Amino acid sequence: MKNVKFLATAIFATVLFVSCSKDDDTPEPVNEEEVITTMTVTLAPNGGGTPITLQTRDLDGDGPNAPVISVSGNLATGVAYNGTIVLLNETVNPPEIITEEVEEEAEEHQFFYTIGGGLEVSTAYSNFDADGNNLGTQFTLTADATSSGTLTFTLRHLPTKPNTGLGDAGGETDIAATFNVTVQ
Amino acid sequence: MRTYALFILLLCSITSFSQNCNNTLSGTVTDLHDGSLLVGATLIVAGSEQAVVTDLDGKFILKNLCDDTYSIQVSHPFCLTKGFTIKVTGNTTKNFKLEHHLEELNQITVARKAYSNKSKTILENTISKEELERFSSGTLGDALNSLSGVSSLNTGNTVVKPLINGLHSSRVVIINNGVRMEDQEWGAEHAPNVDINSAGNLTLIKGAGALQYGGDALGGVIVAEASKIPVKDSLYGKTLFTGASNGRGTSLTSQLTKSYQSGWYATVQGTLKRFGDFEAPDYVLSNTGIFERNASFHVGLNRFDYGIEAYYSLFKNEIGILRASHLGGAQDQIRAINSDRPLMINDFTYNIIAPKQDVTHHLARIKGFKRFDGFGKLSLQYDFQRNKRLEFDIRRGADKDNASLDLQLDTHTLMLDLDSHITDAVSLKTGLMARYQNNFADPNTGVRRLIPDYDKYDLGIYAIADYRLNDKLLLEAGGRFDYTYMDVFKFYRTSFWESRNYDELFPEIVVEKLDNQILTNPQLNFNNASATLGATYAFSDEYKLFFNYSLASRAPNPSELFSEGLHHSASRIELGDLRFKSEIGHKLALTFQRENEKFSFSVSPFINTINDFIVIEPTEIQQTVRGNFQVWEYRQTNAQLLGVDFDASYSFAKNLRFNNQFSLVKGYDRTRDEPLISMPPVNTKNEIVYQNPDFKNLRLALQSEYVFRQNEFPNNNFEVFIPETETMEIVDLSTPPDAYHLLNFNSSIDFKATQKSTLTVGFGITNLLNTSYRNYLNRLRYYADDLGRNFLLNLKLNY
Repeated sequence: MKNVKFLATAIFATVLFVSCSKDDDTPEPVNEEEVITTMTVTLAPNGGGTPITLQTRDLDGDGPNAPVISVSGNLATGVAYNGTIVLLNETVNPPEIITEEVEEEAEEHQFFYTIGGGLEVSTAYSNFDADGNNLGTQFTLTADATSSGTLTFTLRHLPTKPNTGLGDAGGETDIAATFNVTVQ
Repeated sequence: MRTYALFILLLCSITSFSQNCNNTLSGTVTDLHDGSLLVGATLIVAGSEQAVVTDLDGKFILKNLCDDTYSIQVSHPFCLTKGFTIKVTGNTTKNFKLEHHLEELNQITVARKAYSNKSKTILENTISKEELERFSSGTLGDALNSLSGVSSLNTGNTVVKPLINGLHSSRVVIINNGVRMEDQEWGAEHAPNVDINSAGNLTLIKGAGALQYGGDALGGVIVAEASKIPVKDSLYGKTLFTGASNGRGTSLTSQLTKSYQSGWYATVQGTLKRFGDFEAPDYVLSNTGIFERNASFHVGLNRFDYGIEAYYSLFKNEIGILRASHLGGAQDQIRAINSDRPLMINDFTYNIIAPKQDVTHHLARIKGFKRFDGFGKLSLQYDFQRNKRLEFDIRRGADKDNASLDLQLDTHTLMLDLDSHITDAVSLKTGLMARYQNNFADPNTGVRRLIPDYDKYDLGIYAIADYRLNDKLLLEAGGRFDYTYMDVFKFYRTSFWESRNYDELFPEIVVEKLDNQILTNPQLNFNNASATLGATYAFSDEYKLFFNYSLASRAPNPSELFSEGLHHSASRIELGDLRFKSEIGHKLALTFQRENEKFSFSVSPFINTINDFIVIEPTEIQQTVRGNFQVWEYRQTNAQLLGVDFDASYSFAKNLRFNNQFSLVKGYDRTRDEPLISMPPVNTKNEIVYQNPDFKNLRLALQSEYVFRQNEFPNNNFEVFIPETETMEIVDLSTPPDAYHLLNFNSSIDFKATQKSTLTVGFGITNLLNTSYRNYLNRLRYYADDLGRNFLLNLKLNY
């Protein structure tokens, strides 16, 4: 019985000790490292001139605010553009350039360009992974004819490579952004 | 000198003869546990030939005793023989108590009687050791699934969460060896961290009637207990091996017990389970393997009137989650749902990669009890649990091997219980509980905390009384009060904080404003009252009626209060609400039962009305850079669940038996007048069992399981724009899969291996016809079929 009493006392003491030893330090914030808040597509005309930028920006990530989408101007008929895609995580300061990670893991990523709504442009991949498969953070775009419609950029993580397009690529969507574009 | 000594001796003998030797010793012999009279107990007076047997009232009388001290040996066929030293002066009365425990040795024959009832006015369903052993390679949820009224909410086939009469997660309380499991049970994809092989039996109570375990079990209580250990010198054990074709895995479990006459005992038990990818009839379910390692250790002293026990168990489980279920946004969901086959099928492997769960649960308990004559049994228990949960998602860059979720939940509980018999007819259980819980979410995951850091304090007090009015009628009433205090540190996204108007509602809880997050310190209090009231009426030895009303109240769990963000495993954004109140349920349950060798049955209708029922359901589509996600918000509503469970067993010939089970449950949101999501569809199980105890205990069983289609479901579908096809497409998350029928076969036979050991060989096939089916209650049903045919070989050695 003595043992039982001793144990009971010891347990009580432990519980009290544990309960009271709460430290008042507040937890540290977690800054999301992987989230992509911003995608900027820069279309530089081949012969020089003002580049066109397409941007989607969602500073609260998965939060309730919708992304802000902007298109700086119209494309010119017959002009070929060199496209560059930059991905940023702007929840951290300074912003993290996610494009670097994507390019480092080129075999596990691929951008897809989907043209819709009557837009008459054509695209081609300009950069590739080590296996020679499409990566697409750089590309060329030719504005074929006067038209308007949508241009959608999709980044897939761990797609099947090579593939013939979004239909058989699989993987998970890391980015899907649609821009309204006009060729004049 | 010699003559002198002889004279003295003679004189002494004369004095002793002159002493009064016409005394009697009388009294009764009773069972220490329940005070029942023991008929036919033998009392022998040491050193004389005198022996008597107790009569039909448990009474005895020993005559012609002197004023002296006697040694009396008391024995009874069902009890351990015990010696007593009694001082007789005049006519003496003495009542002897024996421990009536031999029953516990033969628990197979008297399984139901060997354990005390948890609730006396709700029908308890029990799964015996033998039945449990058939599920040795499965999970706790699989075993419970064999009971009527219990289904399971699955994530694949290895995360199996019990669903009792339509309710699950925080509404189902699991008691493992006397300890209430605190293993982050709030999550729908968190399976109970209990090794099925460590349980000697499982008891299910469909309702909150078992108030000693808590007042918040709106769904029910599951009690897993270790086998009782006899008080005698013995050494025994068992080893169970299961090999299964599906998953190409094995499970090995072993248990060894040493006990002593003195009451000391010790048990060690361990389980090792490893399976690779499971297979549907047409393809491999990639990344669905499991690697489970468990160990437990008991040591204790069990005496007539006091005892102490220490228990420790470790549960470690690594579970792969179907690779094809890990998706980006709504566009990915459409592709996955519209495809007949999972989008990712790889070759079979034992490797488990992301997405996966890695869970470790430590449970330590120390318990002591002491029986006081005329007062009752007082027990004190302290337990400590540490639940560490790691969840891995598919990630990019440096975070690739880093867990996305890393939570550590520590719980300390202290309980003081008193079990007393006020009179022969009235017994009373009372108790106090104090609990402290701390959750720590490791910030190094680089993912915002799904569950915030918090401290939680609980205090509970309860009393349950039962009154046996007469042989036929038993009444039970109980009440419980719980106080909960939560001290939370939670980071909110500034945009969410403002969109919810929390900036105006709760400005006082803001601790610090950061760039795009706000640190808050919510302090929440909940007062919960619960009660039970019931009666059991026995019409005869065969027919019984159980009636029970239970009031249950449950404080919202951290997930319901604080969720805020993308839940990857569900591919949706989940939002909790800081303003939630406790959920309050009223359940009326009735059971009509017939117990008979030839034909037995039970019918149990119930109705459960829950105010402020917390449901999660889709509200809108949210655009993110990653694409569109459906937003699921928790909200409180009034719900009602009603249904009936039916069990029947008919022995239509010698050794042949037919068993039937039928369960129906309907759940409605009464505020919105629509069905509740994830309600089990109607199902029925029919089984023919041949068991021949005279021929190596041969048992052959063929079981048919028919699950109807769930026709009542809320419509949570939504539309999303697909750029490739330039169309709006419906994401069909609601439509339940078709009805299905499965056939299972099970057999076993006993062989005497040596004088003391028995080898049981079992062979079974589940999904005999290799039927392709999808289960409405499987969260991965959108992406893949359920399990195909599985051959199982069981070997059990008892020694």
